[in-house]
Amino acid sequence: MKIPPAMPQTLVIEAGRAERHYWADLWRYRELLGFLAWRDIKVRYQQTLLGAAWAIIQPLASVAIFTFVFGRLAGMPSGNEPYFIVVMAGQLAWQLFANTLSNTSGSMVGNAHLISKIYFPRLTVPLATLAVALVDFAILLGLFGAALAWTGIVPTWRALLLPAFILLALALALGAGLWLAALTVRFRDFRIVVPFLLQIGVFATPVGYRTDFLPNWQALLALNPMTGVIDAFRWCLLGEGAVFHLESLVFSLAWAAVLIVTGVWFFRRSERSFADII
Amino acid sequence: MSDDIVIRAENVSKRYRLSHLAGQDTLGESLHHLARLAWRRVRCNTRLQREDFWALRDVNFEIKRGEVVGIIGRNGAGKSTLLKILSRITGPTTGRIMLQGRAASLLEVGTGFHPDLTGRDNIYLNGAILGMSRAEIRRKFDEIVAFAEVERFLDTPVKRYSSGMYVRLAFSVAAHLEPEILIIDEVLAVGDAAFQKKCLGKINQVSRDAGRTVIFVSHNLGVVANLCGRAIFMENGRVKFAGQAGEVVASYIRSGDHAGGEVAWPPEDPRAGNNRVRLHRARIVTEGRISHDVPIDRDVFIEYEFAVHTPDLTLTSSIHLFDKHGACVLSSGPGNSTPSVGIYRDRVRLPANFLNDGLYSVSIILITDSARIEIHLTDAITFTVHETGAGRNEFTGTIIGCIRPKLDWQNTAIT
Repeated sequence: MKIPPAMPQTLVIEAGRAERHYWADLWRYRELLGFLAWRDIKVRYQQTLLGAAWAIIQPLASVAIFTFVFGRLAGMPSGNEPYFIVVMAGQLAWQLFANTLSNTSGSMVGNAHLISKIYFPRLTVPLATLAVALVDFAILLGLFGAALAWTGIVPTWRALLLPAFILLALALALGAGLWLAALTVRFRDFRIVVPFLLQIGVFATPVGYRTDFLPNWQALLALNPMTGVIDAFRWCLLGEGAVFHLESLVFSLAWAAVLIVTGVWFFRRSERSFADII
Repeated sequence: MSDDIVIRAENVSKRYRLSHLAGQDTLGESLHHLARLAWRRVRCNTRLQREDFWALRDVNFEIKRGEVVGIIGRNGAGKSTLLKILSRITGPTTGRIMLQGRAASLLEVGTGFHPDLTGRDNIYLNGAILGMSRAEIRRKFDEIVAFAEVERFLDTPVKRYSSGMYVRLAFSVAAHLEPEILIIDEVLAVGDAAFQKKCLGKINQVSRDAGRTVIFVSHNLGVVANLCGRAIFMENGRVKFAGQAGEVVASYIRSGDHAGGEVAWPPEDPRAGNNRVRLHRARIVTEGRISHDVPIDRDVFIEYEFAVHTPDLTLTSSIHLFDKHGACVLSSGPGNSTPSVGIYRDRVRLPANFLNDGLYSVSIILITDSARIEIHLTDAITFTVHETGAGRNEFTGTIIGCIRPKLDWQNTAIT
């Protein structure tokens, strides 16, 4: 077995002692991480009739509905850009967050057969699910690029900062997802809670509207960690007119830090008993 | 740790909270439980007593490099829990285990196989899950495919495989693992007889040629006796007896709660039946009395009583008889019947001067409607056939063979 070349010659399993080599193990099992990600991607696109089209149809439908409801019916302003471009930028960020959150939170229960039969650092499983969310995101991002070209909007230098905000969205979703993944192992209730939260969240988050034009609500909206991310996405991707919202971004960063640290802590604290209760 | 010992377990125990096993599966139940706890604390100033279940209790053993060690024991004896702790799937509650060298575990065949992926994809996926690197899998790919005999179906999703092909492919990946310590649970209980033989050969070869250490849990006593040098017999979470495999297997067969030649099962024993058919008792009768010990030159009667609770069942009753090596000597039954509700006794006579001396174990099997296994009670009852010296004037050593019938011999002088 060549994989773990650095595997310590003597392994000690002792009651009540945390794994000493956890992070090294996680690195050593990176090939497994890759294989699990590859499996998820392959299975997701292989068996569906329309394959990758689903990654487009579903977010586009949301964009159309939001554009109609907020842009037409409610008549909210959109600034210099067409309304659907504004919504699409928001949808990009939200979809990345929502997919990551729901994939990670269901991942432990979804891989219960592995958890109860074989050892590997359990963090591998939620991390591997990021891949599918990122592929879906890449597809939608390509579509957004096409829409920009079509409307004649030229992205500014700010677009180069997008990867940082992608990481921010992933950190938020992964942090919360780790909590939910560990809790779902114990309480299957959370399988119902997550879709419910996301359903409400999409309205509590400025996906379908711009925060700049709601000055009275800005402070309240900023409490939502995803507000900062969506504001930042719009600032990156839309024209010069988009405003940079420092408060909401700081708030998002703080949330992300807290969620990742506590999420990893809680997950690692719970993972020792996963195999016993899953 | 000395060079020779690759696994040392010291005082390993594992406790399960019964609340983990049942109940509190939903948030509501859990909150309710918490509320009750708090209420008791306040009102009665007592804590709720948790029910603990010790799956393992103070297990100690050492395994040397290159040994093939079998672990045997009845259901619930703690074998699987021990393997899970050795495999690091779950942690011990107390104690420590030291493992020298890289270990890989096979607790089931085909862990992580995805039905929608092709055979080729699953080889890579399963290999990675078992701890092989991509390069290693690529190197052994052809060998794995050839061993599994699935060349033609490599690009077919495994959900379209026959169960035999599926198992062969899964075992084949596992068989090409090259860890220094291999931990195996019952994986050989699958596949057809020819493939099982191939697998046994592979395990044997792995341990002999490469000097690998193998830990092997099985209910198949014959395999343990043949394949393993040493064995560990577990009972109620403890090591009851460890030593040379043949001796341990014999002690396991002897250890049942049926030393007196008669066994009765309590009406709630799930092994002994259900609400359709239920086994009440079994006994060994020889020379007109119930006895565990049977002289070799006497008839032995095996009889068992069972209740039929549901009318109109087509009932097939049979026994399997195993010798002390776990080899099946015979299987036999009275044929099908359609009994009405009531209690019945089946009785079979094994003739005198038929079995060899030694320990025999009887499994009782009751099947309804040709396919539904109602009861399959392994080691239901045992008996020992004893040499009496009758008719043995020619040879005083051990006479080998599963059976020792009296056969007609003719000795004719030709010149």
